[in-house]
Amino acid sequence: MPSAAWEGAVPDELRARFGTGIESTRLLGGQKLAAVSLASAGDVLRSLRDDHGFDYLVDLTAVHWPTKGRQFEVVWIVYSFASNERVRVKTTLEEGEKAPTATSLYSAANWLEREVYDMFGIEFDGHPDLRRILMPDEWAGFPLRKEYGIVQQDADWVRENLKIESAQ
Amino acid sequence: MAATALAPPPAAEATFLDSNELVLNMGPQHPSTHGVLRVILKLDGETVLGADCVIGYLHRGVEKIAENRTYQQFAPYVDRMDYVAAVSNGLGYCMAVEKLLDVEIPPRAQAVRVILTELNRIASHLLWLGTHALDIGAITPVFLCFREREEVLKIFESYCGARLTTHAFRIGGLQYETYDTFEQECLAFCDLMQAKVQEYHDLLTGNRIWVNRTKGVGILDAAGCKDYGVTGPLLRAAGVAWDLRKAQPYCGYEKYDFEIPTAANGDTFDRYIVRMQEMEQSCRIVRQAAEALPEGPIKGKVGKVIKPPPGEAYVSIEAPKGELGYYVVSDGSLNPYRVRVRPPSFVNLGALDKMCRGTLIADVVAIIGTIDIVLGEVDR
Repeated sequence: MPSAAWEGAVPDELRARFGTGIESTRLLGGQKLAAVSLASAGDVLRSLRDDHGFDYLVDLTAVHWPTKGRQFEVVWIVYSFASNERVRVKTTLEEGEKAPTATSLYSAANWLEREVYDMFGIEFDGHPDLRRILMPDEWAGFPLRKEYGIVQQDADWVRENLKIESAQ
Repeated sequence: MAATALAPPPAAEATFLDSNELVLNMGPQHPSTHGVLRVILKLDGETVLGADCVIGYLHRGVEKIAENRTYQQFAPYVDRMDYVAAVSNGLGYCMAVEKLLDVEIPPRAQAVRVILTELNRIASHLLWLGTHALDIGAITPVFLCFREREEVLKIFESYCGARLTTHAFRIGGLQYETYDTFEQECLAFCDLMQAKVQEYHDLLTGNRIWVNRTKGVGILDAAGCKDYGVTGPLLRAAGVAWDLRKAQPYCGYEKYDFEIPTAANGDTFDRYIVRMQEMEQSCRIVRQAAEALPEGPIKGKVGKVIKPPPGEAYVSIEAPKGELGYYVVSDGSLNPYRVRVRPPSFVNLGALDKMCRGTLIADVVAIIGTIDIVLGEVDR
């Protein structure tokens, strides 16, 4: 995909304020993207909302890259109604590391973080009510991880709750 | 016998009788939850103190399935999320993959896409209006709405053979050329619809029961909408004239003349008015597109094998329920590495608790209806 430098006040101010916390700011296929370190991710989001007017959290999700060193990528998409701009903020995590919660910035983050936890097992530090949202509460395993098979299931849960040997 | 004052009840009993708090389970099988939604309500008498949604009953792992199918194979699956607006889902997915492929869509394909998507918006709003009115107790509108919706479904059926899960679009453009009387039928439907919207207004807009059940119910103001990420008619009813078709035009929407209906109070009645006006605006768009349908090819330069270069894209459209986004990550193989769907119903339902607090239990039904959720999309 064509990648270009992202020019403007937002990336300049972010780089000036966070220094090495901002790993890269660029336009990927024309879309604004900021890769940040895990330590500064929470503050970058706060700065985007408070200083740059990104008042709408569009989406929050994750991507699992088991072959990469830091295997989880958490992606926030924020939008500013005032400037009609959309920015993707990304950070990477290792197994066991926690992502900062955005629930104190946007109420929308509550369910979205629960979904990421449900599907990837990524925990959000400071989330008020981090529990599964789509899968059953007692389910073992995180379905959107790459090692989780397409027909895999929690056999014990199925036996106990559905009273059948297999849900396949 | 002389009347004697009753002895005060023991303290323990007094606290017991005093506590009116009740936890009530609504659903998952309940006629007004539009699918399988379970809401746990905490009540004080008839006043709602809080609502906790339990979702996931229709979870099919659509995002997981995407990683195990090719780009084309996954396209029909997206129709099964918001199945009353299947065309919008297909448009969003195709546009996201086209963004990864960096392919141009011919003008004729774009115009047909706009026509079908807007017809689907009308069909989705009609289904919403009928069922929402039914929830509140008005039985007639549902029959009238389904009568008009049928006309839209007939156009879909003539175009691609399917009525509900249409799979109308393909990555790169369209699979099918339009049929002979396509434009005339779309224009005839617009004429019909304009008259019918007035019929719905006559039934509901001045109806005292309807007004009393909807005005001032389930208020969510502009700041609340932005905080909860609530988009679509709910945001516009709170006074924010924001529509992705205008804010970040796609698929040639910048060529059409239409307005963004808004309202001021952000209550259930305002959302009803906004959706009614949106149906009229959709008719305007369909009319403009059908009257000047460009000639030319219906598919861009896309190979038989779809294999986007490594990269990622987030593309969103204005679906009938709000911002519908697709975040697609490619690793250069035949299957998408990751497909994330940003479902408007899921995010909007997140604000149910806030909208319900302090209202009466009977209004919960009205509020669930006014959010316009489809559980297939909430649970994916």
